[in-house]
Amino acid sequence: MTVEYNPDQKIPHPAMWGVLYKSSTPFWEGVKNKKIMLQKCKSCGNLLNPPRPMCPKCQSQENEWITAKGTGKIYSWVTFNEAPHPAFKAPYAAVLVELDEGPRIVSNMVDVKPEDLEIGMAVEVTFEDVAEDLTLPKFRKAG
Amino acid sequence: MPYQEKRKLGRGVAMVGAGMSKFGVRNGLSNRELFVEAFEDMKASVDKGIDTKDIEALWVGNCGTEIWESQLVVAVLCAQWIGMTGKPATKVEAACASGSAAVRQGIMGIASGMYDVVLAGGVEKMTTLPTNDTTTALASGTDISYEASGGFTFPGLYAAMANAYMNEYGTKIEDFRKVGIKNHDNGALNPNAHFSASITDIMGKQIAKCKERGQSVPNWADELEFLDDPVFNPVIAWPMRLYDCSPVTDGAACVLLVAEEIAKDFTDNPIYIIGSGQACDEALHGRDTLISVPAAKIAAQQAYEMAGVGPQDVKMAEVHDCFTVAEVMAVADLGFFRPGEEAARAAGEGKTARDGIKPINTSGGLKSKGHPVGASGAAQLVEIFRQMRGEAGGRQVPNRDIDLALTHNVGAHGTTAVVQIYERR
Repeated sequence: MTVEYNPDQKIPHPAMWGVLYKSSTPFWEGVKNKKIMLQKCKSCGNLLNPPRPMCPKCQSQENEWITAKGTGKIYSWVTFNEAPHPAFKAPYAAVLVELDEGPRIVSNMVDVKPEDLEIGMAVEVTFEDVAEDLTLPKFRKAG
Repeated sequence: MPYQEKRKLGRGVAMVGAGMSKFGVRNGLSNRELFVEAFEDMKASVDKGIDTKDIEALWVGNCGTEIWESQLVVAVLCAQWIGMTGKPATKVEAACASGSAAVRQGIMGIASGMYDVVLAGGVEKMTTLPTNDTTTALASGTDISYEASGGFTFPGLYAAMANAYMNEYGTKIEDFRKVGIKNHDNGALNPNAHFSASITDIMGKQIAKCKERGQSVPNWADELEFLDDPVFNPVIAWPMRLYDCSPVTDGAACVLLVAEEIAKDFTDNPIYIIGSGQACDEALHGRDTLISVPAAKIAAQQAYEMAGVGPQDVKMAEVHDCFTVAEVMAVADLGFFRPGEEAARAAGEGKTARDGIKPINTSGGLKSKGHPVGASGAAQLVEIFRQMRGEAGGRQVPNRDIDLALTHNVGAHGTTAVVQIYERR
């Protein structure tokens, strides 16, 4: 199973959907450069995903960015037989990956049979250029 | 900072009327018309009558008239149509918990002493768009940038919770399916339900359709076999199939709330609201756990403490079964059953049936009664009002004095939860 997109549909850039552009720019810049960047609170060391202006644990607004290893395990998963948005082609798998650094990230699995998906499966990131101006992080079975 | 750990209402609040529109695909009727229908039903339920001019304020729970009708200010329009022009009318939005959140505003309006008589409810008109567009519209209740971008939909988010639940406890998909069977059995007895039909009724209709079209007639041994049939119960987001999901529904509901000291002016049989709790939570990726709805646990704790009662005292409950797995999590989050096998098997073992030890969703729940998202929370109170006063007709809980009941309404995939407790004295 892989994630296919309908080329006729213009995929809106996730960073542009909400009002998160400023906070999330380093994340999406990182993805473009094939890295998963995590925001780290300079005050308490809390790792934040999604990125945001203020650490919800200690209220500090001082933060830095670290590069995640890009490995983790499946925290939960789902396969879709119906595509909710015309940009997606069913079937596809969406996963919640717990990165080795701790934060969880919503993504898709590629190169895996639906029946092989399981909670706890070790996964690693891969990057897919889904449109000229959009790269998305995906995950595949590690090793 | 000094603050009170345990909250009490500033003064008592009573529900003296409750009504709802017929739920379903209501072609030709707008939000406002549906709300008028609920209002008329509510008025008819007030034993000693209510003059609209005595209602001082209105709160309307609603998710998305912006999306489905290109219309803002739905509360103001509802006020105009029921004759409340000149009074404060406010829309309350908390995704699928909007209806309960609106009722909570009404409770606070009375408890604070600001008003004596208020109307609170909810309305949603959802069938104006094709199903896929509505699914996309509902996905705006997620964290759009970080959840929806992975192609997660609401069935998908709850499916991820179901997979985590089965992985943790080793429970079976059949346990979820049995929740749907039970709620359809209840909904079959509710004339206002979207699907006034049991799963057995639906099987019969499908067989009749096959015969009519000259197709081969399926031969299911029982309801579970029907629910396992991929043709008639297709997978939406594994393991959630069509009949694990609540439907897209049009509908409205509202309740009349008054100060406790004037309740008897309206009825000799008021229902007192003695506990109310509300909490919010992170999106799926920021959540401590996927096998429970933490916000619901917090809201329940607040409501139990305020009411001075515990889960064992609750005689019946309406809970948020937007997907079958949601009811399994709800009955554990509320403390009715232990999380895991006990909660998962409660429906299959008859414990949550109308004649079970803890009747859950006697109205048919969101699954069968329907889920007009902004109205669902308010409609839960309508069922409680009727059951507690012995007015639930064919689906009345048998041989039990329902003097204490609870509602549990969840917004989005657990990012909001509202729990309320009701007493008849």
